[in-house]
Amino acid sequence: MTDLSVKLPGLDLKNPIMPASGCFGFGKEYAQLYDLSKLGSIMIKATTAEMRLGNPTPRVAETSSGMLNAIGLQNPGLEKVFGEELPWLDQFDVPIIANVAGSLAEDYVEVAKTISKAPNVHALELNISCPNVKQGGITFGTDPNVAKELTRMVKDVSDVPVYVKLSPNVTDVVQLAKAVEEGGADGITMINTLLGMRLDPKTGRPVIANITGGLSGPAIKPVALRMVYEVRRHTKLPIIGMGGVAEVDDVIDFLSAGANAVAVGTANFVNPFVCPELIDKLPERLHELGYESVQELTGRSHRL
Amino acid sequence: MIKQEKMAIVSQTEIAKNIFELTVAGSLVQEMNEPGQFVHVRVADSFEPLLRRPISVAKIDKEASSFTMIYRSEGRGTSLLSQKTERDTLDVLGPLGHGFPVEEAGKKAYLIGGGIGVPPLYELALQLNARGVETVHILGFESSEAVFYEDKFRALGDTHIATVDGSHGTEGFVTHILNGLPNDFDTYYSCGPTPMLEAVQWAYPEKKGFLSYEQRMGCGIGACFACVCRTTRSETDYIKVCSDGPVFPAGVVIS
Repeated sequence: MTDLSVKLPGLDLKNPIMPASGCFGFGKEYAQLYDLSKLGSIMIKATTAEMRLGNPTPRVAETSSGMLNAIGLQNPGLEKVFGEELPWLDQFDVPIIANVAGSLAEDYVEVAKTISKAPNVHALELNISCPNVKQGGITFGTDPNVAKELTRMVKDVSDVPVYVKLSPNVTDVVQLAKAVEEGGADGITMINTLLGMRLDPKTGRPVIANITGGLSGPAIKPVALRMVYEVRRHTKLPIIGMGGVAEVDDVIDFLSAGANAVAVGTANFVNPFVCPELIDKLPERLHELGYESVQELTGRSHRL
Repeated sequence: MIKQEKMAIVSQTEIAKNIFELTVAGSLVQEMNEPGQFVHVRVADSFEPLLRRPISVAKIDKEASSFTMIYRSEGRGTSLLSQKTERDTLDVLGPLGHGFPVEEAGKKAYLIGGGIGVPPLYELALQLNARGVETVHILGFESSEAVFYEDKFRALGDTHIATVDGSHGTEGFVTHILNGLPNDFDTYYSCGPTPMLEAVQWAYPEKKGFLSYEQRMGCGIGACFACVCRTTRSETDYIKVCSDGPVFPAGVVIS
């Protein structure tokens, strides 16, 4: 029997596969398609203190083997997420990772304090890497000192372990990883989207109303993999790796590079059953490669 | 219920310039009921192009367990789709969204379509006629080369065609035809470009109407928040075109 289980701070995962924040809403849509209890975890959509209506449309554009998005953290706000979305998700046997966002440090603290008290929230994911909002988001994730300080503030108020979601839009991602580790982070999730743009060749106008958007999908996997590999070399913190995961060998690659678990984002839009399919395929693929557990494979690229 | 299925391609024909009629078969058809719903189609087995393409359902044939889509080949995805043949299968996710409410039709309905917004009106016309509703079809196209299904609509009721260049039917837009038609209908149903939907809505403020909207989509099932629109209901109210729509009562969506 291949052992898919993974134990991380706050998270007792039956398997290492989870949908990434922003690609799965609060689970309702996908619950029409399959039993969410099958998932290792669910990273719910970023939650802010107040409701946010997000950016103007068009918010998405397809690119080569990828897509750009600039949703702008649209969400119903802390009260609704805490009072309605999380209780609804409680019917499933799956630990929730709550993605926390804000414009000011105080916003992050307020959301973290409350949302970490929900019984099914087992960890927070601190979103300091959203490239699509004018205030907050990535502005907290590009300066190591700011990232460290925010991590510390959130850690102080959170009832559950805090994972920090890193941005690839920095010169040295390792520096940021070390900074949040010093700030007391319990883990790292990486990577968020890469800032990009697409133009209409007829008019020269940006296709996305926000002008720029975050690039995701198979196109970014090599970047994500390289960053996970680098960060693993410099920290012992658990890493939940993501960026272009769509097939079982993508999962294998991220685990090999040092991720302890793997999140699936854009691929959910292409194949809404991708997460349960990856969970089903993983044992056989591990076995083929000569491994009997996820844990055994994790980080193997560093042991060669 | 939403299903994902590799469906068999029954036929694919170019029925007007760059307009393709594609019929596929499979058990997913048994889930289809409302006219105006759509499917999300994967045009390649690889990740290039990456995203699914939303395409409306033009005809449902439950007995044959098949349905027909009509789409315009204009970008990378749809041109790949247009190359598929009876030897291929097609990855279809659907049926998606909420369609036209047929029970609201009353005795007589106007079906107003523009370009690639015309196809879902065909299944709507079939279902309304089966319920004994008189349907009048007002359909707009770019030019005579782009006109399709004129005879099929004519077989179901009074049909008026407009073309922008005047090469077939009335010159101009569907609104030019509407100006000359009596106001003796109960409900209108419309699908087409947003400016056309706006014009139709303005033309009949006192009538009951249902409009099918278009918006760039990501997931097609309501999870990604790409296709949202504000509404007239409140400052903070919004809808998702893919899962709350694509059909909405007139006067609700701010497009």
